[in-house]
Amino acid sequence: MKRSQKVNPLESAMHLLFFLCGFVAVAFVLVITIYLIISGLPAIRQVGLVDFLFGTTWDSANKTNPKYGILPFILTSIYGTAGAILIGVPIGFMTAVFLSKVASPKLAAVVRPAVDLLAGIPSVVYGMVGMVILLPGIREIFHLRAGDTLLAAIIVLAIMILPSIISVSETALRAVPREYEEASLALGATEIETYFRVSAPAAKSGIAAAVVLGVGRAIGEAMAIMMVAGNAANMPSLFSSVKFLTTAVACEMSYAADGSLQKMALFSIGLILFIFIMMINVFLNVVLKRERS
Amino acid sequence: MTQTANPGNQENALSKSTLSWNRRLYDSGLRVLLWLCAGLTCALLIFLIGYIFYRGIPNLSWEFLTTQESLLKGTMGILPAIQNTLYVVVVTLAIALPLGVGAAVYLTEYATNHRLVSGIEFATETLSGIPSILYALVGYLAFCKTLGLGYSLLAASLALAMMNLPTIIRTTQESLKTVPQGYREGALGLGSGKWHMIRTIVLPASIDGIVTGCILAIGRIVGESAVLLYVGGMGNSLNDFFASPDKFIHSSGATLTVSLYVFAKERAMLDPAFGVAVVLLVLTFLINLAAKIVGRKLRQK
Repeated sequence: MKRSQKVNPLESAMHLLFFLCGFVAVAFVLVITIYLIISGLPAIRQVGLVDFLFGTTWDSANKTNPKYGILPFILTSIYGTAGAILIGVPIGFMTAVFLSKVASPKLAAVVRPAVDLLAGIPSVVYGMVGMVILLPGIREIFHLRAGDTLLAAIIVLAIMILPSIISVSETALRAVPREYEEASLALGATEIETYFRVSAPAAKSGIAAAVVLGVGRAIGEAMAIMMVAGNAANMPSLFSSVKFLTTAVACEMSYAADGSLQKMALFSIGLILFIFIMMINVFLNVVLKRERS
Repeated sequence: MTQTANPGNQENALSKSTLSWNRRLYDSGLRVLLWLCAGLTCALLIFLIGYIFYRGIPNLSWEFLTTQESLLKGTMGILPAIQNTLYVVVVTLAIALPLGVGAAVYLTEYATNHRLVSGIEFATETLSGIPSILYALVGYLAFCKTLGLGYSLLAASLALAMMNLPTIIRTTQESLKTVPQGYREGALGLGSGKWHMIRTIVLPASIDGIVTGCILAIGRIVGESAVLLYVGGMGNSLNDFFASPDKFIHSSGATLTVSLYVFAKERAMLDPAFGVAVVLLVLTFLINLAAKIVGRKLRQK
């Protein structure tokens, strides 16, 4: 029996349309990469790669002898993210264990939406509250001239990444098979010992994913940090005013003259940030894949 | 009598001191730490919301929400910000939704080449990992300069569409995968073409997931500030978007988040800033609620 089936031209057209849609994501990534590379390379070529990456002075507004070293920004971003992770991951992990194991279902039903709400608050709101509360606080407690410090930025970042770490870790902990925990309890371990010595290691890859998420968010944050970190191009120290890679771009973009070396240097910082994040993503993904296998 | 894995036995073990003292210390110490951390997180949220409401609500008034700022009358109003936020949300979704749903449909229904699928999924992962300041930079370069749009909310919406594409693709993909394969095979078996099947069976069945993706994206758009500040401008006068096509394309201005930043940092006027913060918090809460309601309907199906 022969099937006489005409191929409906509408079907082929829609197939092509959907294929194009599918390609859009790839096209966007290409556009972003190309723009960042094209706009970022000129300044790097002019300043010299080593001077740009490892120069310790950034003085772009100096008319007579401008300097474009971004080492302070790179180090600040690294220290700031590390600090936020050091504070945020333990607290977030503990809260996740609490939510998934220790809390009664009614208490968890109250705390979990609270965490979700924290996750949705815009970053400028965190920045503003940090500006109003943290800065005077730090200034008073540590007897500084001003509270705009790396410490303030680390605290704000830690609070901002807390909800993501909590929700991803909680999902991972809930996915641990009940048999593992019951076996541990049957062998005489207490509940707490079970949670920390059996459930947590079993949820290792999920918790690692939570940390990756936190790192990604902390490295990319600009607006909240801009409001609390002081924005001076210093080498990072806990109580000095600092600029991150992100805020370095954000601060000067509004007043750098078009086509000037200053503006092109900002694009170069963007390119470096992009490469940084790609490297971190690749590195963490490779490490995670090795863990899983 | 054998000891079963029953939490009731824990109290017996602890109270009868059958555990060594260092295990008891470990147990109590960590338990205290767990409650402390959870309490800290809750206290953080309560304090944050409480403080913002405490400082923001006195500044709210009908005039604040429905007029624009007037130096002549000495009044404060954020209607332009609300309008601009609405514009950005609608235009961004209008761009990102078709593209995202189309890409997800392609990935789940049409694509056969596995390498192509993983390539597209890798690109989506990459897009979701790029921080917003880079989207602001690229948006400025690509849409303000190359496309010649200048500072405009439309350019900002294009950049935001790029940013939210991964969210929509991912949630649509998830919900498309939950449609039973039997539905598709039944339709195809009855002689339907693929697009006809997708249009009449698959998409209506996965509409809940698509709506969830939309709501998540709306939440991210409302909360976004870097892109809007550097691509969309800081103006705070009312824009009439429908006056002319040129107005539609080239209007610029501050959205709620940008106006909060401008009030707080540039103009050092904390009272209107806290008022805007209250509006943003209420919006966030409503968006969260909407997502939960849709999610619950999804799970009931």
